[in-house]
Amino acid sequence: MTPQTDSESFVLLRLAERRFAVAAGDIAELVAPSRIFRFPHHTKEIEGVILRRGRIVPVCDVAARLIGKNLRSRRFYLIAQRRYATGTEWIALPVTGDCELISAEMIPASEADLPHVSGWLSHDGDVIEVLNLNALTPGPLAAQPTAPVEALPQEAHS
Amino acid sequence: MRLPIPTKAPPVRTEQIILFRVSGQLFAVSSASVQEVRSVDTLAGAAREIAQAGLRKVRHVVQRGEHFFYVVNGAMHFGLPPFAPALVFVLRRTRTALLIDGIEKMTTMTRLQALPQAFCNEERDWYRGVTAIDQTVVPVVKPEGFLTPDELFVLDSSLEPKDSASQPGDSAGAPPSVFEGGPFRSSDANDSAMQIAVSGSEAPDSSLSGFPQSDTIDPASFPQ
Repeated sequence: MTPQTDSESFVLLRLAERRFAVAAGDIAELVAPSRIFRFPHHTKEIEGVILRRGRIVPVCDVAARLIGKNLRSRRFYLIAQRRYATGTEWIALPVTGDCELISAEMIPASEADLPHVSGWLSHDGDVIEVLNLNALTPGPLAAQPTAPVEALPQEAHS
Repeated sequence: MRLPIPTKAPPVRTEQIILFRVSGQLFAVSSASVQEVRSVDTLAGAAREIAQAGLRKVRHVVQRGEHFFYVVNGAMHFGLPPFAPALVFVLRRTRTALLIDGIEKMTTMTRLQALPQAFCNEERDWYRGVTAIDQTVVPVVKPEGFLTPDELFVLDSSLEPKDSASQPGDSAGAPPSVFEGGPFRSSDANDSAMQIAVSGSEAPDSSLSGFPQSDTIDPASFPQ
């Protein structure tokens, strides 16, 4: 019998040479890049939107913020759930390589860490940032809930 | 044995929309929000220039009766490259006349998705939401989002000094306003899309020569 540990599941994503982690529970799916639809807006972090399973999903390139440069190529979109005060919505994060599901123990972030870091984990000799998508991706300035809440229907009507 | 009563699926709510382009970019607007579609040529001579440097997207105002309609350049509003507008939408229940490239087609949307909350700036005032038409995502504009109350206040203020000198719409020596006596529809917001005014066909007399037939748009001619 193996001893119980406090390990959690994370998805490792790759942005150029660096890897980051997101709690597996926040991930919806990994999809091949599809057409991005662009329309005028003033949220500079958002590139446009993609259509996925009938939903219109904003695409947010987080590379500039995490590695200091935009991605030249992208291999997949990692579709994650972003929590808002009123519910959760999907957001697509472009990534440059395969993603990996791992179990690891997370060391919570300290006050010295940036807001988008929710913790750290050690994997394959690397120390990897666990991302806080609520702080990393844009949204209303209202306080974010700490616990998941039920998603609201996204349609104004159907 | 009793068979279960078959339940009818609820009817799908649909909304008729007009797909239009501004500076090449595709947008949608509820056709019930469009009171009139006019050629920009019909504005010539009727629109009065506004000396309001603070709001670049509005350079002209037209008057109909007691109401002013501010002519909003759609490209400037959305931050798109300049373009030569061909048509103007007079938007119902607003004071906005919107300059656009042209109409793509009229169609029906069955689903309007709220704008994702990741969009968290001015665009939340611009759009009612987004919809997918023929596998293309199109933002659906909010008619009242083209001019904020503050902008309207500034624009109204800019009109006041001139108003005291000569009433806007007093067209002594000037061509008749495109909106004077023009074919404005009633302000009933429940009018359907196909009730968009066809200016020439409703012109009561030849004094409306500012609305040549050739410059009017027959909604029935929109590609479906």
